[in-house]
Amino acid sequence: MPKGPSNRPEYVRDPVNEKNFGVVMKPLSPWARLGEIAVLRKMVILVAIATLWQIYADYLSNPLMVPTFGATIRAFVERSMTGELPLKAWVSIKVLMQGYAIGLALALALSVLAVTSRLGNDLLEALTAMFNPLPAIALLPLALIWFGLGDPSLIFVLVHAVLWPVALNTHAGFLAVSNTLRMVGRNYGLGGMRYVAKILVPAAFPSILTGLKIGWAFGWRTLIAAELVFGTTSASGGLGWYIYENKNTLDIPAVFAGLFTVIFIGLLVESLIFRAIETRTVRKWGMHI
Amino acid sequence: MADPSAQDYLLRVKGVTLQYRTKAHLVTATYRVGFDVFRGDRFVLLGPSGCGKSTLLKAIGGYLQPVEGEIVLKGKVVSRPGSDRVMVFQEFDQLLPWKTVVENVVFALEASGKLKGRAAFDRAMTYIEKVNLSRFAESYPHTLSGGMKQRVAIARGMAMEPDILLMDEPFAALDALTRQKMQDELLQLWADTHFTVIFVTHSIPEAVRIGNRILLLSPHPGQVRAELNSSGDDSADAGTGEKLSERIHDMLFANAVEDGDGDGAGAHA
Repeated sequence: MPKGPSNRPEYVRDPVNEKNFGVVMKPLSPWARLGEIAVLRKMVILVAIATLWQIYADYLSNPLMVPTFGATIRAFVERSMTGELPLKAWVSIKVLMQGYAIGLALALALSVLAVTSRLGNDLLEALTAMFNPLPAIALLPLALIWFGLGDPSLIFVLVHAVLWPVALNTHAGFLAVSNTLRMVGRNYGLGGMRYVAKILVPAAFPSILTGLKIGWAFGWRTLIAAELVFGTTSASGGLGWYIYENKNTLDIPAVFAGLFTVIFIGLLVESLIFRAIETRTVRKWGMHI
Repeated sequence: MADPSAQDYLLRVKGVTLQYRTKAHLVTATYRVGFDVFRGDRFVLLGPSGCGKSTLLKAIGGYLQPVEGEIVLKGKVVSRPGSDRVMVFQEFDQLLPWKTVVENVVFALEASGKLKGRAAFDRAMTYIEKVNLSRFAESYPHTLSGGMKQRVAIARGMAMEPDILLMDEPFAALDALTRQKMQDELLQLWADTHFTVIFVTHSIPEAVRIGNRILLLSPHPGQVRAELNSSGDDSADAGTGEKLSERIHDMLFANAVEDGDGDGAGAHA
């Protein structure tokens, strides 16, 4: 038997009593603790951007080109108090919700079809390859001819903006569901729509959620652009129309206030709605990528 | 028992040849494998990788069809997956991440239509208790260790009270200490309820410990090499003085010495 490098004695120790430990847990310093709060870190960034904006606009002192941050906020508050901005935003959001809902329903139907049959799979692949790169706004002139001047045209364009990214992500999510989970589902007798609802959708939820976010962003930006391009569809237009109108009257702080509202709603949806869905689902389940 | 009557057979695998297709090849996983499993058996499928033991288990689970032969469970030919044969997989991702421990077990009972509501919950808790996880019933799988996840999977399988439990190397991904503990627990559970289990492994010590009957498969494609009894303590053979694990070891590694013995179907009846 080969000898070891040296003859070391064996030993056995008793663990030290807990009470005789030194420091096991030390509280963080107040600064370090503040740094842990994500909201606070983001606030700092936003404040820095606003400050830079204010300084640059003051230096430029040309309110027709770049109004100051202060002037923008003032316009935002004023227009909000008169109820103009909230009304315009509501008009936009109402249309968006309809388009988004229809787009999601179609996307789900298409991806379920794609995951259950080979023909459906080919169909989805062909359609997404064709339509995903096509900017939704390019369909607007056509939509105006088909559906006339009004919400249906906007909704048609929105559906197009939402449908393809959501379908693409949902389908990719379905394909990535682990084989073990599939076998588990079938083991317990799930099939057809029950299998989709109880296994595929939750298991693919991280991808689906990404699709929902992308779809929302595409929808929102398409809607604002569509409103800008052809203006009002009903008695009172949406946010895009509001921006266009104020540009025509050279009320630039109000234009900035409109853009500010678009961004603000985007942030709100991202940080309230999607964050809430995320913490309640994929984060809680430990499926976050 | 010298001559077991027909109803004692729970599962009969008769001359099963399994093939699966990869992009480039048609692979024969097992060739005319046959064996019988009795009620209450701890039946181990043992063999090196490539002997088709996992494929065989999937076929018993109904996930793939034999190209030759048949698999008969309680007189009925197995044709598709069903909750009378519950699988426990090797992978840790077999639990649904979006359900807690108890919800995972309840899910199995409800999805299969076995039990509903309160009854399902009570049954689930009973089996979670059996695997000592009551404290973690409300936890999500991602907060559990690998061994705990496997215990949940076993509890889920047992809660179904299936005719037969199919375990596909359930402890292979665990560390050695946990693995040994899990083997003890499994034997303890068996002592409680005498369920029937087919257990796939490539570890000789595990097979000797877990099984009361061990089917040895040779690789490429899988064929029956032997079917042995085990008392669990690796006792020496009365005649030769050789330990069971040594006999198995010799048989698996002294290949091609006596390969010419028939077609390999049900070598020992």
